[in-house]
Amino acid sequence: MSAILDNFWWLLAIKVLVVALFIPGFSLVLIFAELKLSAHMQSRIGPYFAGGRWGWAQPLADGLKFMQKEDLVPADADRPVFKVAPMIVLMGTLAVFVIVPFSPKLIVSDLDLGVFYALAAGSIGTVGVLMAGWSSANKYSLMGGLRAAAQLIAYELPLVLAVVGVVIAAGTMSMGGIVAAQAEPWFHIGTFGVRLPYLLQGQVVGFAIFMIASLAELSRIPFDMPIAESELVMGYLTEYSGIRFTMFFLGEYAGMFSMAAIAATLFLGGYYLPGLPIASNAMYVLGPLVLIGKVLVLVFLMIWMRWTFPRLREDQLQSLAWRWLIPLALVNIMATATFKVVF
Amino acid sequence: MDWGNWFSDANNVVFLVVALVMVAASVRVVTSPNVVHSALMLVIALAGAAGLFLMLGAEFVAWTLVLVYIGAVIVLFLFGIMITRAPTGRDPGRLDHARRWPAAVVALGTFVTIATVTTLAFEDRPVSGAVTSGGDLGEVLFNRYVIPFEAVSFVLLAALIGGIVLARKDPER
Repeated sequence: MSAILDNFWWLLAIKVLVVALFIPGFSLVLIFAELKLSAHMQSRIGPYFAGGRWGWAQPLADGLKFMQKEDLVPADADRPVFKVAPMIVLMGTLAVFVIVPFSPKLIVSDLDLGVFYALAAGSIGTVGVLMAGWSSANKYSLMGGLRAAAQLIAYELPLVLAVVGVVIAAGTMSMGGIVAAQAEPWFHIGTFGVRLPYLLQGQVVGFAIFMIASLAELSRIPFDMPIAESELVMGYLTEYSGIRFTMFFLGEYAGMFSMAAIAATLFLGGYYLPGLPIASNAMYVLGPLVLIGKVLVLVFLMIWMRWTFPRLREDQLQSLAWRWLIPLALVNIMATATFKVVF
Repeated sequence: MDWGNWFSDANNVVFLVVALVMVAASVRVVTSPNVVHSALMLVIALAGAAGLFLMLGAEFVAWTLVLVYIGAVIVLFLFGIMITRAPTGRDPGRLDHARRWPAAVVALGTFVTIATVTTLAFEDRPVSGAVTSGGDLGEVLFNRYVIPFEAVSFVLLAALIGGIVLARKDPER
């Protein structure tokens, strides 16, 4: 195992395979989870027949249906911009996976500025959303695009500021380094080192802000005004069909996975679980499983929110970001820094 | 300079490709008949600049360029354009400047001046004591350059407050 992982090309091939196959595949699982969980939460039947037991083939059937549909471009649309927009959104989402650490070795590149890179790559999608809204030549699309841009700008700030607390505590911006810092004992009781993830080391506020802001960045209920079906008929997605709609759809679920993976790495210890030997070869197998387990918990939280809360109003959304989340995140940074210097 | 040698270095070839794309995109920024297209071409030019910084090993600057310029400034440009006027296809308003030749001369003159000054200042010397890692950068920024850093942040704060003062409605009326 370790001999293969030490060979550069094998490692690169594995990494590319993980991102190219695993992410879309896992997105299908998340779509299925959303369908089933929403059905249970709202006492509906949900997918039941496709594929037999539990209707497991429903996301596959949905995907095939989307792909064989005609790729329509409205007559008044700006063709090149309209066609490129979904690719930019998907590209921004997939680029984040470069720094998601699945195990000590299974990371595309453990950049020195990992967290910063993730935030930068994630911000590219906003341009794609605006392109989609404008190029559709449709009032609803334009409104959706504008709402999305205002929302993504407003919530990027709390997202970045919430992460700063963890960066201060860990003293590094590399994702691998942050996991390693959480694998260090926080304090000792006798000779027993107590190892805790940053969520339990006092970053509760940071975690809450990060999760709220990531829901808004993903435009999911209660922050789904950009694509609100009942008022904007899907906003910037209105004119999209076929493979390009699938790209947006895939981008949303891949984005859920990447946001949850970053949150799990920063606040929940990533691929590390207290009690596991972090330096051993077993981590190559256990690490990805642990991380995926944590991601699934967070994704469940996101789905739970979606089927429980009503949609916020546009002004409520803005005042939540600017008047509550950003000041709270700043207080969190000050408190973390003070704690770090004093102790 | 020997062109054969120059081309055999992969770095130079990548630089050439990025630079040509950047030049083409920059020209389209000012010649495009549609404002939104101009802004999108500016995205390509800025992405090229970020790529050049990455080639130089200045990771932090490159990601800042992506986060701040592409992720925020261009988005604000697009937002502003779309909220005021957003025709697809050809813009009905006249985007062209009436004085093309003086504009071209000024642009070329600025380019020549900046290019000459920067080349003369650095010559062929490699920059010594360059800091690239995030930690080193923070160390330098908050020790040696802390006063310029604070001065800049003070100016930005003043601009921010000024923006709020200009934007808010007068309570008297």
